[in-house]
Amino acid sequence: MRNILAVAGKELRTYFHSPIAYLVMTVWAGLCGFFFYSFMATYVMQSFRMAAMGGMGAPPMSMNEIIIRPMFEGILTVVLLLLIPLITMRLYAEERKTGTIELLLTSPLTDLEIILGKYLGALALFAILLAMVFLYVSLLFVYGNPSFRPVLANALGFFLFGGALLALGMWISTFTRNQIVAASLAFALFLLLYVLDWVTAYSTGRVSEVIAYMSLTKHFESFSKGVVDLSDLVYYLSVIVLGIFLTSRSVEALKGRP
Amino acid sequence: MIEVQNLTKRYGPTLAVSEVSFDVQKGEILGFLGPNGAGKTTTMRVITGYLPPTGGKVRVAGFDIVEEPLEAKKRIGYLPESPPVYTDMRVEEYLAFVARIKGVPRREIKSRIGEVCEKCAITDVARRQIGKLSKGYRQRVGLAQAIIHNPDVLILDEPTAGLDPKQIIETRELIKGLAGQHTVVLSTHILPEVSKTCQRVVVINAGRVVAVGTPDELTHRLQGYETVLITAQAPAAEMIDKLQRVDGVNWVEPRDSKDGSITLEVQSEKGRDLRPELARAVVESQWKLLELKTSGMSLEDIFLKLTTKDLSEGAQGSAPPETASGSDTKVEGEKAEEKPPSGDDGSPESGS
Repeated sequence: MRNILAVAGKELRTYFHSPIAYLVMTVWAGLCGFFFYSFMATYVMQSFRMAAMGGMGAPPMSMNEIIIRPMFEGILTVVLLLLIPLITMRLYAEERKTGTIELLLTSPLTDLEIILGKYLGALALFAILLAMVFLYVSLLFVYGNPSFRPVLANALGFFLFGGALLALGMWISTFTRNQIVAASLAFALFLLLYVLDWVTAYSTGRVSEVIAYMSLTKHFESFSKGVVDLSDLVYYLSVIVLGIFLTSRSVEALKGRP
Repeated sequence: MIEVQNLTKRYGPTLAVSEVSFDVQKGEILGFLGPNGAGKTTTMRVITGYLPPTGGKVRVAGFDIVEEPLEAKKRIGYLPESPPVYTDMRVEEYLAFVARIKGVPRREIKSRIGEVCEKCAITDVARRQIGKLSKGYRQRVGLAQAIIHNPDVLILDEPTAGLDPKQIIETRELIKGLAGQHTVVLSTHILPEVSKTCQRVVVINAGRVVAVGTPDELTHRLQGYETVLITAQAPAAEMIDKLQRVDGVNWVEPRDSKDGSITLEVQSEKGRDLRPELARAVVESQWKLLELKTSGMSLEDIFLKLTTKDLSEGAQGSAPPETASGSDTKVEGEKAEEKPPSGDDGSPESGS
């Protein structure tokens, strides 16, 4: 555990030594701010309209349904497809390029300790991003009263969604010494996984069901509605474990090469 | 301290290291000498556990690098060819990280960093960012990294490559200072380096060990005779026969022949100048003597002889210098180290 934390700490520090952390955080803060503002504006306008019409016996508008849910499910998951490759691209590619991988692999660490350390480091940066967006969300609690549990479910789902992408991105980073290549490949894979449930639109039956099940988005749906479904939890956790397992296989294969 | 037995490493179909065996005793500095691409780095990478061997065994401080990698790695400090530094970290921060992953107890980390910085003369740059340091300083940071956990064994891959002469001398002194408490294996393709730093040398070429011995032994063995080059217009076989019977000649080897003239290499015992006798022998036989000169041998020549010779050449007829009575230095599996070569015989031949 001490070793894992040592590697994780080093990874997190490296993000802040390089421009990457600041770049990712700035882009994230900017985009989140913009989307938050636009969903907020929509909400405010609609609620004015409702008030002007005298309510008409309709239930009060839900902040969760109009602001939080579309923001996370509709937009921020897409932003992550772009930002997570920036976080994961350097994990192995940079170490391979600079030769520091030799230091890690000749240290008394197991491969798994290195992998988990790197993963935790990246996850920590992602957690900072998550904290930033929930700073915006917390404003809603100051000026309105959205229900708390769906927000928590969203946070958990979003964290798992990002965690799954991070694990896969780390795996892809072991393929190459070139960070750009790692980022591009990761983005392509993420995009594919994201749109995988489109197959249900033009085909039905077992196969399309299975393919749609593998889609990253499909499992975020119930989280965004505020429901924590065990099957979705299991899905994201298994993607994370798969990513870590594939990384360890890939690192093993790296060692045979000069 | 380090036992390497029949180490073989293949990259796909390419054989990088073949049946390499040697031992390193505690406190010794062993030089690993060979031209570029001889397999030095590969061997070191296998010893440090970076690459898995294709065949053979490596034990470090009694731990097998494949079976008990963590225990073995705890006892190894390794400086790869390019220092494995994170350029955007500060020196102190980097050393603290390495200390942690090498298992230095948390309480001792600070004092260890102080010690190694002092040893490697990097105290004054400890707060600087590594990326902004010169190559020499970076190399020393790499060395500091290798000794931070006080390992029993130090593996240094070309520790002086790319340094200026002053830095080279400093680094050598530093390495010498480390021997005793640490067992050191260092690789180089620079011959003087070996004679200045190492107590024992393993010469490796094309993935095979071609010689093992102290630097003095190696130099002496190969320089332990005088060489004269003689060119004359004469029938080759007769001339070789004639010259071989001159008193004091060890052996004669044809070097070159063109336009009816022949050049022979004549070797004799050290300290004897046979030129007058050779000249007389040629003239007595009514051959035309064209040229007669002594040929010295530099350390570089020896190295070249060891590493560029034709492996198929055997000890036959008038033995070529590479194989002349070289049986003492012949490398035979793991026994190579127990057979230190005797002083004044010929150069070694490769195993097999």
